[in-house]
Amino acid sequence: MNKGVAITGMGIISAIGNNVEENYNSLISGNKGISRISKIDTVHKNAIMVGEIAFTNKELEQQLGIPPDNNYSRTALLGLVAAKEAMKNANILDVTAYKTGLISATSVGGMDMTEKYYYDYLETDAHRKYIEGHHAGDSTQKIAEELGIKESLVTTISTACSSAANAIMYGARLIKSGKLDRVVVGGADCLSKFTINGFKTLMILSDTYNTPFDENRKGLNLGEAAAFLVLESDALVAKENKKVLAYVKGYGNANDAYHQTASSENGDGATLAMEKALKVANLKPEAIDYINAHGTATGNNDLSEGRAIIRVFKDAVPDFSSTKPYTGHTLAAAGGIEAVYSILALQNNVIFPNLNFTTPMKEFAIRPQVEIKEKELNTVLSNSLGFGGNCSTVIFSK
Amino acid sequence: MKKVFINGCGVISAQKTFDNKAFLEEVITYNDRVMPVVNPVYKDFISGGAARRMALGVKMGVVASNLAMQDAQIDSVDAIITGTGMGCLIDSEKFLSKLIDNNEEFLTPTSFIQSTHNTVGGQIALGIQCKGYNFTYVHSGASFESALLDAQLQLSSGEEENILVGGVDENAPHTVKIHQLIGFVKEENTATSSLLESNTSGAIFGEGAGFFALSAKQQESSYAQVIAIETLNTLSKENLEKRIISFLEESGSNVSEIDAVILGNNGDVDFDGYYNLLSEGVFANTQQVYYKHLSGEYNTASSFGFWLGAKVLKTQSIPDVVKLNQKQTSTLKTILLYNQYRGENHSFTLLKQC
Repeated sequence: MNKGVAITGMGIISAIGNNVEENYNSLISGNKGISRISKIDTVHKNAIMVGEIAFTNKELEQQLGIPPDNNYSRTALLGLVAAKEAMKNANILDVTAYKTGLISATSVGGMDMTEKYYYDYLETDAHRKYIEGHHAGDSTQKIAEELGIKESLVTTISTACSSAANAIMYGARLIKSGKLDRVVVGGADCLSKFTINGFKTLMILSDTYNTPFDENRKGLNLGEAAAFLVLESDALVAKENKKVLAYVKGYGNANDAYHQTASSENGDGATLAMEKALKVANLKPEAIDYINAHGTATGNNDLSEGRAIIRVFKDAVPDFSSTKPYTGHTLAAAGGIEAVYSILALQNNVIFPNLNFTTPMKEFAIRPQVEIKEKELNTVLSNSLGFGGNCSTVIFSK
Repeated sequence: MKKVFINGCGVISAQKTFDNKAFLEEVITYNDRVMPVVNPVYKDFISGGAARRMALGVKMGVVASNLAMQDAQIDSVDAIITGTGMGCLIDSEKFLSKLIDNNEEFLTPTSFIQSTHNTVGGQIALGIQCKGYNFTYVHSGASFESALLDAQLQLSSGEEENILVGGVDENAPHTVKIHQLIGFVKEENTATSSLLESNTSGAIFGEGAGFFALSAKQQESSYAQVIAIETLNTLSKENLEKRIISFLEESGSNVSEIDAVILGNNGDVDFDGYYNLLSEGVFANTQQVYYKHLSGEYNTASSFGFWLGAKVLKTQSIPDVVKLNQKQTSTLKTILLYNQYRGENHSFTLLKQC
């Protein structure tokens, strides 16, 4: 029987909390982390709402004990907070005792510093230390170094909004194949003017709280976050008598091959991703107790994803909700934070509500779970869908 | 475990490598700090309108993947796995400079859409209507090898049968300029013909795309077999030789079996020491090969080295222009590739004759 790959630790920082416990408390009390933007001086500040993390970079540096002359982007700082919590949660004392890797995900990378000093770099050398921190792999290298992961498999995935789900998928594959005994997987993205303006030009940013699966949804709220899981091999779990939080039971990635940014109307890619994940998990659709949907609250995503869910689950669609109203859409980190939320759902037998929902969509009859619901959960499916037609599903089980 | 074969290549680089019939018979030399690519006729592969909208990296990636599939005589694949260290720089710069210059006003979405790191993988999928697995690795000098390892895992386990794997990076003016300011690009124009004697810091920046049709099935046109790939985020010089020996052992090989070693020397006096350790040490008596004087340095330049290895094994010949030393080699059966960028993201790749 395919038990899946063991998850032994998790860590998270998001607009609704600086660690796993704070995130859980916000989820069950319905506390949104959406507000006006305060840390980025953008002309759009009164036209958008975001899921921003309260700490400044300086505060994060102090907490992490990083010297002030560092060249960390905010992505790297957030990533390190979450990755450290995951390692601590997995009770890893000697990282070098087993073959340990790191697979991180980001879409923004060091863009926050690049956009700040773009022309300044040419004028003075005051901030040139950030130039080599621009590329997407930089935050991953820094996190690996701080965690003590050396001479090992460390890489970064960037497939837009499905990035962290793909990092989890690849990590699980590396454990299954025996390439690694242990792997830290997840993603990090900070807010930046670049992404705010990019999504603004696509006209998919809501000027108020995002409302997934609602007929009158106006678009998404961008958010910043980081989340990591620790995956360990069965042999390691047995040898060290590790506590297992949950299992990565199945996973699937597929491409919509429809449009660079829009999802196909019938959700071909998302359907394929869910079907593949069920196949890897060796489960029938009816075994899924809860779907943590991608549900960004854009017109296009929710229609396409909703139709895909109906295609896979037919007339027996399980309870589903999107947690984006809490955190905003955290892009490359989304699959990571929603993995943590899926595990919390399993651990506590609770379905988190799809906040802000009032009017059902006219295209289909399914509607999200809008109240907190206690229910025995054994299997949770999480979707992450992104630009470039990239569609990913990860299935978690007890 | 199934074997993994390289069945087709498509390489666009600073040399005329897009012609699969040729093998570096003619070489272009440069005396510069940045090397451009020799472009194929893109509109032979992409419609004029689409080609105009695409930045160079996307065009190179789409056409290189096309060439690789043609070469392997296939018209579909099960998965597409791309590596790109810096992503779509041209469109990122375009969007960002407009954003700053116009204080976040008058922006259009096109360059933002195309700036996403997985644009190349997404556009290839769109072009050939591939709905399969589609990943993009963005880990500096190990981006291509990360993609390669993922593909090898899926082919050897039997999950997929045909996978398109590639590396692509493009130069963009602002990025080159600021990397000159921090010494990553050489300060002076440097002759590629004497790159390794430059004795200066930094590299000659290049760009390019190398895509490969990998398959679990051997065919007549197969170039070589991919035996193993390993990437390491860090590696000290003291441990380099030890790690290579253990990599070879785990792959069922050993140092004496290596008929040629392909090294990623880029003429940067600060970091070529890693390669020199091997060429003066454990591989002193092995045929040594280098290529960055032909390709330039970019995060996925090692895809050029991978192509070189595949081509050497298939043709059983090593062009003089890439030889670092002169050794007698009767048959070329096993090739080891080693690459690193600025002392980080080391990779070992082992190829064998089919």
